Amino acid sequence: MAYSFPDEVLEHVFSFIQTDKDRNTVSMVCKSWYEIERWCRRKIFVGNCYAVSPRMVIRRFPEVRSIELKGKPHFADFNLVPDGWGGYVLPWIAAMAGAYPWLEEIRLKRMVVTDESLELIAKSFKNFKVLVLSSCEGFSTDGLAAIAAGCKFLWWLFSDFGWLLPGKCGLLYALYVDSFLLIMLYRVNDDHVLQTFVYLGLEGIIFQAGAEDSDVFFFLTLIWNLRELDLRESEVDDLSGHWISHFPETYTSLVSLNISCLGSDEVSFSALERLVGRCPNLTTLRLNRAVPLDKIANILRRAPQLVEFGTGTYAAELRPDVFSNLAGAFSSCKELKSLSGFWDAVPAYLPAIYPVCSKLTSLNLSYATIQSPDLIKLVSHCPNLQRLLVLDYIEDSGLEALASSCKDLRELRVFPSDPFGAEPNASLTEQGLVAVSLGCPKLQSVLYFCHQMTNAALITIAQNRPNLTRFRLCIIVPRTPDYLTLEPLDVGFGAIVEHCKNLKRLSLSGLLTDRVFEYIGTYAKRLEMLSVAFAGDSDLGLHHVLSGCESLRKLEIRDCPFGDKALLANAAKLETMRSLWMSSCSVSYGACKLLGQKMPRLNVEVIDERGPPDSRPESCPVEKLYIYRSVAGPRFDMPPFVWMMDDEESALRLS
Amino acid sequence: MEVAALKMGKGGGGGGGEVGGEKAKMGFEETELRLGLPGNMGGGEGGEVSMRKRGFSETVDLKLNLSSKESSATVDPNDKVKGLQKEKNLLPCATDPAKPPAKAQVVGWPPVRSFRKNMLACTQKNSSGSSSEESEKAGGSAAFVKVSMDGAPYLRKVDLRMYKTYQELSDALAKMFSSFTIGNCGSQGMKDFMNESKLMDLLNGSDYVPTYEDKDGDWMLVGDVPWEMFVESCKRLRIMKGTEAIGLAPRAMEKCKNRS
Repeated sequence: MAYSFPDEVLEHVFSFIQTDKDRNTVSMVCKSWYEIERWCRRKIFVGNCYAVSPRMVIRRFPEVRSIELKGKPHFADFNLVPDGWGGYVLPWIAAMAGAYPWLEEIRLKRMVVTDESLELIAKSFKNFKVLVLSSCEGFSTDGLAAIAAGCKFLWWLFSDFGWLLPGKCGLLYALYVDSFLLIMLYRVNDDHVLQTFVYLGLEGIIFQAGAEDSDVFFFLTLIWNLRELDLRESEVDDLSGHWISHFPETYTSLVSLNISCLGSDEVSFSALERLVGRCPNLTTLRLNRAVPLDKIANILRRAPQLVEFGTGTYAAELRPDVFSNLAGAFSSCKELKSLSGFWDAVPAYLPAIYPVCSKLTSLNLSYATIQSPDLIKLVSHCPNLQRLLVLDYIEDSGLEALASSCKDLRELRVFPSDPFGAEPNASLTEQGLVAVSLGCPKLQSVLYFCHQMTNAALITIAQNRPNLTRFRLCIIVPRTPDYLTLEPLDVGFGAIVEHCKNLKRLSLSGLLTDRVFEYIGTYAKRLEMLSVAFAGDSDLGLHHVLSGCESLRKLEIRDCPFGDKALLANAAKLETMRSLWMSSCSVSYGACKLLGQKMPRLNVEVIDERGPPDSRPESCPVEKLYIYRSVAGPRFDMPPFVWMMDDEESALRLS
Repeated sequence: MEVAALKMGKGGGGGGGEVGGEKAKMGFEETELRLGLPGNMGGGEGGEVSMRKRGFSETVDLKLNLSSKESSATVDPNDKVKGLQKEKNLLPCATDPAKPPAKAQVVGWPPVRSFRKNMLACTQKNSSGSSSEESEKAGGSAAFVKVSMDGAPYLRKVDLRMYKTYQELSDALAKMFSSFTIGNCGSQGMKDFMNESKLMDLLNGSDYVPTYEDKDGDWMLVGDVPWEMFVESCKRLRIMKGTEAIGLAPRAMEKCKNRS
């Protein structure tokens, strides 16, 4: 029985279905729904860029406007993935340049992005709006200049004669007339046609004016519509601070700019100030460390509509005029909800932000070396705080103050001020976290670095806060036991997984035996991501996790005595997960080969910088192992220290 | 508070035995774990493993009798892991959990992003005058620099604080770019650079030569300053073809002469 709804109706209905999960479900109802859905899906999330090929994505979803890609495994953040491993975005950009001329948004995480990729983005997508590069690397300010300049490059052109290929011409000619950007286009093809287009913003009033022979050949540009440029914590090779001057003087559509990762590299202030001043929709601005404190007031006064602001270096000699100017500038920003930056913050200048504190929902002080008394004063001014990132200088006393002032707190991250000291640098213990768990009923997400913990504290936290969804505890010295009882912390973490039924993400630390994994396998049914280090006694630990955690998507393990048995016994489980990382464990090369041979839908990568695994006995453990499901098959951009364990079919195909 | 002993349900792959609350004996002879492929489910219990519902048709049945006799699977994990670690990645001793391990820096631990580590390093240097003494300790902040090699398709990064001598660095670099020849970068080789005629011989060869960019932005040959000074001032490394590095040599010689 055929559906009586016309496709357009179904498409309209589907437009209300936003999440990937629901979209995937919709597409599996029947063939016609699959077809309709794939033509109207606009947003794609690819959690592992090697799980699928660009060609496959494009073939299934021809009308994508927004794409998010993730590359390297999470442990790359901690230098466990050698450089050159992979995660190159260029093949994706190149494929999408041809297939998605209307692409608006690209979000990348842990990928290698070259200047060439950025230049290709700038010239390929005429309606490009959002670029977010989170923990990426490989590009310089040259690439950023290309993004900023945008309209200096060549574009795809839509015309009655079909899509033209860029690259056939060198010049463009544009006039800014009243509020129009008048662009003269001349095109030569077999018909020698002259065309003129006028664009007004995006909606565009497109008209065609006459046709003449011409052998001059120019190309069209569009008003550059970039809204968001967010470099998160990427690594940028700085060659010149002038890239920011490449935003044209006519460019006014910036909504969000995050350059905080540029560190102490100087950015041209005057260009930055002018840019900020002419973009009335700018709501997010995160500066880098190089911007001194006395420049902040000027920038804020040009952008009183800011909602999120990140300072640069927040230190200067205390001068009353500078202070009052700064305080005045902050108070003129009536919409500010989020503050960050505060590098090298000097306590004397903190009160300048008091005027805005009552409205703040997010505060990132994790680069501010302010001590506890000043932090206590600050947080007590912020009753509406939902998110706090801070160093361990806050100490237990500061966290107790937080617990009593900030009843709306949802997320807390406490970072170590001295990660490599074996002795604590500040008086921050398990008590601080217990206090927050007691005082903040909405607390859902915790990242906590400390030096000591007890089972009792963990049990209390679990009982206080069963609504926790993310719990990441890092006890700095590996294998540290409960400092009161000297026992492992199995029972404490067991309480966490037992009480927090919606726990999605968990990171373990301290002294842990196989028992903790038994608890996790039994209780953590909604757990999606688990990070394990220096824990467990035997394969049984890994077996508990792989066989018990039904929702597990990502598992990353380092320095644990897990070997072949659990991995092989749960091979099928690996196809239900995005990825598994194991480094400095006891998985043998032989087991990796077996896994690779028998599981064609898994890519089994052996990462070993000691040379080919063939040169050692099969029972020898591999250094690092990265297993992920993929429909794209083995990749071909591997560096010399990565070996792919091929399945029998592909080995036959290649021979 | 004692949590009641847990009973382990049967997991995927069949054949899992019951496990009591106390640490289980490693009786793998009893459990006889098999390769848990899709479709190979012994017994029809529960079905909690989700991939069963996919209905895979393959039914490969591989029995791996990994008994405790096999050395690879049941070797003391500490030995195994130590064997994996290179010398410089010291792993804390696990046999004495009550005592905190020696101040050794393990790669990637604690899990703090290098972005944050570098930011904090700058902050601490600014704020505390005694940081130069404290950075003596093995756990001092990392000093990651990029290493590029002419002709190599990608950059590498090294943490200079992992090494104590030029020889160690040279070995690590050689391993990293092992498909290319590096030539003699031993400390004797470094000293050879300072001898002008030997330097010219070396540079005229086709070997590669390690150079670095120092704090002043100048490109210098690696090896001309004491190791500690090098670690402090090196911003990035570049392994150049010998012929290209010739231009550097006179400057390196001048800087060296000015210093001595």
